[in-house]
Amino acid sequence: MNEQDARSLLEIADDELVLGWRDSEWTGIAPFLEEDVAFSSIAQNEIGHARALYELVAREHGTTADELAFDRAPDTYRCTQLVELRLMEWEKTIARHYLYETADGLRLERLKESTDPKIAGLAAKIDREEAYHRIHAQMWFDRLQNEPRFTAALQDLWLLAQAVVPDDLRPQFAARMGLSTESGSEPQSRTEHTAEFPELWEEMTVVRRSQPAGTRW
Amino acid sequence: MVTAAQVWEALAEIPDPEIPVISLVDLGVVREVEVDAGHVRVDFTPTFLGCPALETMRIAIAEQIRALGAEPQVNVCLDDSWSTDRITPAGRAKLRASGFAPPAPRTAGAPTLLQLQSNVHRCPYCGSTDTRLENVFGPTPCRSLRYCGSCRQPFEQFKTI
Repeated sequence: MNEQDARSLLEIADDELVLGWRDSEWTGIAPFLEEDVAFSSIAQNEIGHARALYELVAREHGTTADELAFDRAPDTYRCTQLVELRLMEWEKTIARHYLYETADGLRLERLKESTDPKIAGLAAKIDREEAYHRIHAQMWFDRLQNEPRFTAALQDLWLLAQAVVPDDLRPQFAARMGLSTESGSEPQSRTEHTAEFPELWEEMTVVRRSQPAGTRW
Repeated sequence: MVTAAQVWEALAEIPDPEIPVISLVDLGVVREVEVDAGHVRVDFTPTFLGCPALETMRIAIAEQIRALGAEPQVNVCLDDSWSTDRITPAGRAKLRASGFAPPAPRTAGAPTLLQLQSNVHRCPYCGSTDTRLENVFGPTPCRSLRYCGSCRQPFEQFKTI
């Protein structure tokens, strides 16, 4: 696996881990039971995808998925700001879900064409599960697309969402969303994090940091 | 000396940790067994990548091989070699008998909402296809929730992936 591929896989793994973490915050408190179940499953899938992506990189680099997920300094994570936000308003959660799943679908389509069979194989496996996330996101889009609070949330998050895909996929992403990439601003780099990220990292890694490496559970 | 056939037989006794009515072999997750002078290598592919039963399965496979007096090596394959089409006909019958609707066969391309809403999904209790999608997601990532309009029974439908 070349360095560029390993970097791309880590970016995606960080996105999926952090989004899984944020999605899991709806467990127990979603607006209704079906969505409590849905977001809990989606969170579990995303964290599973992160684990598999970290594992693929870890096998190449002689480390472990857990070390990649939890033992790095917060400023070395390469997740996008979109997934870091704590969005406890339903319309914003759904806007992010729809934006992210659309972007992730495009990114996976490309990854499935990778010349590295390990990357293409894992991307195809992940995509089988993501198909259900896209169906779920689409159902919500169909339901909320004319609601002003939802369309405002889509606009608010659109610039951050563009950072999820590589530069050259942005026009295609915009076309799928029916939105424009010409806002005059560039999407944030993955090296810049939100003010909310350090707190998320603290919480996400607290158990791991509380125990010496190698503790068996 | 242990043979590959004995290993397959032993693996067929391991129940799925979350749906114990079917075995790991019924589930189709065991991809390859290779025996070499007391060493047994098993390659298996997870169903869903976030499945918490993954580690339990790995340990159960290793223990079962040790019980045969051989040294196990269990590899988790992170590739696309598993789909719900790999669940065996016997596995499907066992699922149905315990109230889980087995997954519909996979068609070309990813599943769509139209497919989930179509009337090909059969109730595992009464056999009617008068069933509707209640939730794309269910109690575990591998299941959706449906409702049978004929016998008025909610049921769990294995997702097709």
